[in-house]
Order: sequence, then C-alpha cells, then structure tokens
Amino acid sequence: MTRHQTINAVISVLLAGLLLATACFAIFQALSWNWSGVWAYRQVFWQGWVNTIWISLAALALSVLLGLLAALGRRARYPALRWLSAGYVELIRGTPLLVQLLILFYVVADAVGLQNRYLAGILILSIFSGAYIAEMIRGGIESIGKSQLESARAIGLTRWQTYRHVIFPQAMRHVLPPLAGQAASIIKDSSLLSILGIEEFTLAAQQVNSATYSTLESYLPLAVGYLALTLPVSLLARRLEDKFRYET
Amino acid sequence: MKLEFDAVTKRYGDHTVLDAITAQLEFPHVLALLGPSGGGKSTLLRVIGGLESPETGSLTIDGQRVPTGEKPLRTFRSNIGTVFQSWNLFPHLDALANIMLPLTAVHGLAAEAARDRSLELLERLHLTGHGHKRPAELSGGQRQRVAIARAVAIHPRLLLLDEPTSALDPEMTAEVLEVIADLKSEGRTFILVTHAMNFARSIADQVAFLADGRIVEQGSGQAFFSAPQSETAQRFLAKVLKY
Repeated sequence: MTRHQTINAVISVLLAGLLLATACFAIFQALSWNWSGVWAYRQVFWQGWVNTIWISLAALALSVLLGLLAALGRRARYPALRWLSAGYVELIRGTPLLVQLLILFYVVADAVGLQNRYLAGILILSIFSGAYIAEMIRGGIESIGKSQLESARAIGLTRWQTYRHVIFPQAMRHVLPPLAGQAASIIKDSSLLSILGIEEFTLAAQQVNSATYSTLESYLPLAVGYLALTLPVSLLARRLEDKFRYET
Repeated sequence: MKLEFDAVTKRYGDHTVLDAITAQLEFPHVLALLGPSGGGKSTLLRVIGGLESPETGSLTIDGQRVPTGEKPLRTFRSNIGTVFQSWNLFPHLDALANIMLPLTAVHGLAAEAARDRSLELLERLHLTGHGHKRPAELSGGQRQRVAIARAVAIHPRLLLLDEPTSALDPEMTAEVLEVIADLKSEGRTFILVTHAMNFARSIADQVAFLADGRIVEQGSGQAFFSAPQSETAQRFLAKVLKY
C-alpha cells in the first residue's frame, strides 16, 4: 500500500467512526436506559444463546455430511446421482433461506408429519448450508491435480482408497478455511429460525423486548452475543487460511 | 522379458498416437523406447503399464495378456512400478509415507514391515535422513529418487520409467541416472523412455525406435546406435547426437 492510500484509508475509517459515534450518541441521548428491566430476563437470553450454540453445532455437523454426499454425488458414475446433486445445490443456492424455511417447514415438514420444530429447523438449516459446503468440497476435490490421481492409479489404489489417502487429505487444506467461514454463517443464519418459534437467541431477544418495551437494551446484547460466537470462528478461519497458504 | 503387440491402436480424438503396432520386443533387462517427441513412446509405455487401454489390439507380457476392465487392470498395475517425469509424489505425505503407502494399502504389508523395507530403500538410494521430509522440502533429484524407491519397494515384475530425468538439471540428472544404473546391476527389469541418448546407449540391452505412432526400428542398443537402419532413425540420431 502506498502512503497516499494509507492516509486515505485512515481518514475513511476516522470519518466512518465519527459518523457512527454521532449517531449512537444522538440515539442514546434520546433514550432513557432501562437495563434493569432487561436484566431480569437474563435467564431467557442465556437459554436462547445456549440454544443457538447447539443448534448451530448440530446444523454444522449435518451440513458437512450433506455437503460431502452432494459433492461426491456430483462426481458419481451414475448420471441420476449427478443430476440429483446438481439440482439440490442449484435449487438451494438460488433461493433465500427464509423462503426455504417457510416452504420446508409449513409444507414439507407438515406433510411428512415432522412435529419437532427444533429438529425441523436444524434439518432445514443443514439442507441450506449443505449446498454451499458441497461446492466448497467439490472445489477442494477438483483442486487435486490429474497427476495425483494418475499416481494413485499407478500404485493400484481403489477408488475409495484414492479418496481416503490422496484426495481427502489434500482437499482438506482447500476446504477448511471456507468451512470455518461457513460455520460463522450458520450461526448468523440460525437467527431466522426464530420465525418458526424456535427459542434460539433472536427469539429470546424478541421476547424480552415485548415484555420490557426496551428495544435497544434487548437487541444490543443480541448483537454482542452473536459477535461473541462469530468473531472467534472468523479468527479461526483467518488462521487456517494463513497456515495453509504458508504450507503450499 | 518378452512383449508382444498385436495391432495396438490408441487414439486421442482424431489424433492417432499408436498406429496398429504389431511387434515383438525381447530383452534381458533393459528396454529403451526412443524417438522424437509426439512419436508415441510415452503412450506405449502407459499402455504397457495398464494406465491406458488401447482402442483395438492386444498386448502380452511374457505370454500373459494385459487385462481390460478396471478391477483386473488395477491388480495388474499394482505389480508394476511406474516412475513419472514429474515424480508425482503425494505432497501431503513425507518421503517415508510415500514409499509405504502402496505397501500397506495395496500389498497388505504390516506398517512395521513396510517401514523397514522403505527405510532400507531410502538408505540404498542415498536418502538416509530425508524420510521425514515432504516432497516440497526435497530437491528434484531427491524427489525422483523417492519416486523410484516407491516404485521399487513393491518388488515389481517390471519397472517403467517415463522420462525420469527430463525435469531435472544436469547435476540432479546424474544422481538419478546413477540410481537407474544401479537398478540394472541389481538385475531389475525395466523399460525406459528417455531423451538422454548417451545414457540410453550405455544402459539399454534393446532399443525400440518410435516415430509417428509406429515402431520404426528395433535392435540391440549397440547395433541401433552404431548403425541405425531406417532413414528416420538415422536423421534423428544425427540431429540429437550432433551437440
């Protein structure tokens, strides 16, 4: 970066910060804080936050599995499997999560008699996220050079052994950094599950808000609570990127 | 060893790489495939190694037909050691693990036995102390020697070396050629595709000269280099041996 660019960047950041500070100051001045009202509901916040964590973890595990299956499906020998996987990935990536939640929850889950809204919510979130992970895994697999596959063939590895000993370990370095980023996305996207009445973090904040009429005091902890989860994950993603870039 | 080709044809799209090759090649230990680039040497080597199947025609090795179909071909390939021009080691495994992988995964050796055999080979190929290094930490010549160790470790019935020194500088080339010469004195059987003419002359028992997808000429190494029969071979040798 040249000196000129550095100065520009610094000025931009300062200006943006000044603007934000002014806005916050104006809002905070206009409001009279009501933290004590919200504090009484800390248990609700806590429970919602914990729910968000395990919902996200479950969805992450399940979507990695789905993504792996879809990625392998796109490379399968049978055309039907390839089309099915491609259709899944394109359909899901081409529609908003909110729309998927509405259709899959109120139409599909209802039709198949899936009553547990937590299970349904985790499944839908996994289906959504799995499509993105499928593309990451596919990219990782396709980054393996032809010569590697030829080498595996030459020493007589089976298809499965080739995946296990040659493709997966090498694809891992390409997949892990974006996967960590996807984990942060899942945490944020899980907030949409609140519309299904799943008592995760966002719904908890909404409940506190409607009980206390303290909007800012309800939603500020919400933002902080999400940041407390996503910042470490993003940091991990950055670390992984640096580590693998260094190794190659 | 005796190779018999019966009308072996291989095409890539419209391009005929091997043009109905019918020939018998017999050699005690070392066969060199020579000829201009694009003449079909590497493809022929890959057909012999079961990495490519010809569209038509067949090939027998010591009277045994090279199979078709993925599963029998895999078994066939697992008993042949292949060394590629750009070594094709597995970059995520260290040198030792690269040599051990075919032994444990394909040939069913226990990890301990595979390790012993691999360490011994590393020592024999002057790579003692490099076993824990990944390919990226090794020089080109060292990598190629690890690749040779990987190919030799399985006790192959036949070794295939596809331009093993083409990607190396002269000093590393010398290291690798020395190792290949050792392979011959150990009594191993191998087929070598190379552009290193002087080396081919000194090591090959038998030479097959390929151009335009055909075996134009074959003979003992001695005879081929001192008195090539075909005009193509004469011109080729005159050109490559000029400098």
